[in-house]
Amino acid sequence: MRIGIVCPYSLDTPGGVQSHVKGLAEALLGRGHQVSVLAPSEEEDLPPYVVPAGRAISVPYNGSVARVSFGPVVAARVRRWLKDGDFDVLHLHEPATPSISLLALWAAECPVVATFHTSNVRSRAMSASASILRPSMEKITGRIAVSEYARDTLVSHTGGEPVVIPNGVYVDAYSSAEPRLAWRGEDGTVAFVGRLDEPRKGFALLAEAFARVATDRAGLRLLVVGGGDVEAARLLLPAAIRHQAEFLGCASDEDKAAALRTADVYVAPNTGGESFGIVLVEAMAAGATVLASDLPAFSRVLSGGCYGALFRSEDVEDLTSQLRELLDDPTRRKELDEAARVGARRYDWESVATRILQVYETVVGGE
Amino acid sequence: MSLLDWVWLVLSLGVLLTLGLWLTWTAQRLDRMHHRIDVARASLEAQLLRRSGTALELATSGTLDPARSLLLVDAAHEARAAASEDFESAESDLSETLRAVLDDADELRSMREDPALGPLLDELAADCRKVELARRIHNDVVVSARSLRSRHGVRWLRLSGRAPVLGTVDLDDVPPSALVSE
Repeated sequence: MRIGIVCPYSLDTPGGVQSHVKGLAEALLGRGHQVSVLAPSEEEDLPPYVVPAGRAISVPYNGSVARVSFGPVVAARVRRWLKDGDFDVLHLHEPATPSISLLALWAAECPVVATFHTSNVRSRAMSASASILRPSMEKITGRIAVSEYARDTLVSHTGGEPVVIPNGVYVDAYSSAEPRLAWRGEDGTVAFVGRLDEPRKGFALLAEAFARVATDRAGLRLLVVGGGDVEAARLLLPAAIRHQAEFLGCASDEDKAAALRTADVYVAPNTGGESFGIVLVEAMAAGATVLASDLPAFSRVLSGGCYGALFRSEDVEDLTSQLRELLDDPTRRKELDEAARVGARRYDWESVATRILQVYETVVGGE
Repeated sequence: MSLLDWVWLVLSLGVLLTLGLWLTWTAQRLDRMHHRIDVARASLEAQLLRRSGTALELATSGTLDPARSLLLVDAAHEARAAASEDFESAESDLSETLRAVLDDADELRSMREDPALGPLLDELAADCRKVELARRIHNDVVVSARSLRSRHGVRWLRLSGRAPVLGTVDLDDVPPSALVSE
């Protein structure tokens, strides 16, 4: 099958949608399909299946800043890519935001599948933007939401029956990663993954809980994977235990996998705004016990607590006591890890790609 | 009364009279300035509303691609709906979005040739220019009123009464260069 995939965000920056698109493209290529990915990018050094759509510009949108490429030159490039590719199916990501996904949808003439990642897709300028989006949205034949949560918002906005297919993870890449002994703490290792300067990722909450737990565990280590202001984040920890934290910065996928393999407990202290939580699955695959805040999306990934422990979101007391319990109870960790390893299989690209291909086939067959 | 007393009396009366005249005159100046500020502020607000209205019209005209239309609708809507303490940042965002969206001179030239779009673009260009003018005029009056109010006599005698503290309007109103170049 000739498949065109459009990623709205620049592949030069890391992110959930970007890694989903790359993973999907590689999984489909591995099954012998022809795949071309269109994405905003300025880099020369791109995977061979990626076609750059041009530079992304920062524009205020919906209360924050969006990095978007647009304009007549970009639109012409999108049309050219569609014409050259002559795709059997076009798979767009986040088409309801101003992006090249929307431009591709506007110009598309082949069957279209769209994946909605965020749970908040709508601009505050609702009625006017709905009238702009409607003609394009009507061209989408197959709609995919990455989680029940994203599906609910999609249904409440546009109705219909979108399919839920979760984000994919290369489970084996995580379960077979080599742990790094240098990162391991004698009294246990705790890992955090997420941007340090985004308050909703909750690093401050974990820093406080870690400081409490580390008082009587001098050999406990904290591995922090994620970009942002590392120095400011380090200052959130009391001076006496700062040396117990290892900041790895914006680590590569290999380093992230190694950190999760090394960790005994992975903590996801996010305070909101998550519609899926792919890192939880990565940690499950890597064999780190997951301790996550009880956001609806996280609770669903952990199957209500079968694949990992949940603490009350934003409750530092609860996080501290549960972290202590998990660190002190290797038997419970082992039980959770074994369940999680099976649970993570659901998200392996092997099964996720099959389900996405089934959507493609249904859409193409229906034309 | 001696002659000296008379001289004193006339002199003090003269001083009082001058002071009184100065006071009335300054109070009138202040009053006029406050009135001019009100007028300038109202005109700036009207211009801003006109600009966001035209931007909204352009966004929903179906001529731009949907991605740019969405950006423009969002920015124009935010600018119109902003609370009074946020209006400067919301209007600056709209200026930024307008510059980003109407960036391509060739495209604008061909859009101008369309009889339906030409007048709309001209209107938008005029609106952007007038926002810039109205903001400058407003800030000019505010600055001169401030310097008058900061004089000792005016401050000590509380001539400005309960008039609110004067603030200049600080916003990015640089129009899209390709739009206003002709």
